[in-house]
Amino acid sequence: MPGVETEITLQVDGVARRLTVDTRTTLLDALRERLGVTSPKKGCDHGQCGACTVLLNDRRMLTCLALAVAHDGATVTTADGLAEDGALHPVQQAFLDRDAYQCGYCTPGQICSAVGVLDEVARGWPSAVTPDVAAEPRLDHDEVAERMSGNLCRCAAYAHITPAVLDAGGAR
Amino acid sequence: MRGLRTHHAGGAGRGRGPVKPFAYQVPGDAAAAVRTVADDTTAVFLAGGTNLVDHLKLGIVAPELVVDITHLTSDEITDNAGGLRIGAAVRNSDLAADRRVRERYPTLAQALLAGASGQLRNMATTGGNPLQRTRCVYFQDVSTPCNKRIPGSGCSAIGGSTRGMAVLGASEHCIATHPSDMAVALAALAAQVRVLGPAGERTVPFVELHRLPGEYPERDTVLEHGELVLGIDLPDLPMARNSCYRKVRDRASYAFALVSVAAALDIEDGVVRDARVAFGGVAHKPWRAYRAEDALRGVTASEDAFRAAAEAELADARPQPGVDGGNAFKIPLLTRTLVATLRDLSRKE
Repeated sequence: MPGVETEITLQVDGVARRLTVDTRTTLLDALRERLGVTSPKKGCDHGQCGACTVLLNDRRMLTCLALAVAHDGATVTTADGLAEDGALHPVQQAFLDRDAYQCGYCTPGQICSAVGVLDEVARGWPSAVTPDVAAEPRLDHDEVAERMSGNLCRCAAYAHITPAVLDAGGAR
Repeated sequence: MRGLRTHHAGGAGRGRGPVKPFAYQVPGDAAAAVRTVADDTTAVFLAGGTNLVDHLKLGIVAPELVVDITHLTSDEITDNAGGLRIGAAVRNSDLAADRRVRERYPTLAQALLAGASGQLRNMATTGGNPLQRTRCVYFQDVSTPCNKRIPGSGCSAIGGSTRGMAVLGASEHCIATHPSDMAVALAALAAQVRVLGPAGERTVPFVELHRLPGEYPERDTVLEHGELVLGIDLPDLPMARNSCYRKVRDRASYAFALVSVAAALDIEDGVVRDARVAFGGVAHKPWRAYRAEDALRGVTASEDAFRAAAEAELADARPQPGVDGGNAFKIPLLTRTLVATLRDLSRKE
């Protein structure tokens, strides 16, 4: 059986992009290899490291485990598309202020994931460490560490990443 | 990063060769999807994709047709005869965040939140999560024999690394464990699974959805090829308000269970009136602990009584020796985990 090609449209960082993809192509490969959008990174390619995290229709997801063909018409926001009117997103600014990286390879995924975390907390979603699962969560160190556990940092910059996410979330 | 430039269509990492080409279809409705897959032995359903897409890359499955059912089942949670009706397309994150689930079935919310990562929970669905396949390292490594992957090829786990393997209900053909946390809570809650097949709809008790390996470890569930999960119903179960999920793992987050317990306790004046208990990480299926439940009914709550309930359930447990030291540790670990879980629940009432 030869490869099967399909035409899809993606709204990537505010720009409509039309492309033809093989049905086997992941959203990550479509972004990086076909559209030249290299902000999401390929780490493990098996959903274990979080480096490929983007906001897919405003939710944090892993592009390495998403088939591009199944997301025709989707809105994709990468770390590259978070800034508005030239001003960095508060999460991006917090990562700068806290020096929340070393080599930087996992950083775009960390930032997209952190944007998702703050949105989920604002909606009142609990986590595995929320003391009472029926109560509103409070943003603190343990909540951030748990909620960011899907993003690995091989440089182990966690000691700066967690405070950066807390800063961006307005926690004291 | 290995294979970055040569990895167009997947296939790097541990998989063998590139992903085989497949056609992709979005049928008009669930019935059409069922007919399409039932008629084609090479077809598979795609929902959240978190397990299937990984298996395509690893070479564990090689379908010729992928049928996307993401938008063909309900993504709503509705009140239903005192319980809840959960559509198969409801995302794990939305289910865990639902106010009714958190208040009336906390064991389910906690089990969902104990599984995977925030990104994966945003993708994974109610229908797909219980159907995810084992994380047995030999099943996932296509270079090793595995009866679940290739029937009759042998079991590499027996006598291999058995830390994550089963101690209950295993067979000489397979000692793998079921990885889902959500499924353990659903087993304890006596949920029902609504399934659509070529002949119409049927309901399967959740505790009967998954199989023990026996002679056919390649079959995880009782579902026939082409049968589609439409949703899961939670019963009216007042004692589930006093329930929880406790998971023990090698690291604090984002790891599969070594052992886990989902439990609900109905207790009055220190006496257990009724209990629901299920174990994770110790069997080929989420393990409903009926013997433990029987041992608990009518007893005065105490650590000794809770330990006796665990011992009743684990009397037939068989640890697996292994090159890594084996998994006999799971029996005392699960005993202590059940005691701690029931102790917490007995203090809440």
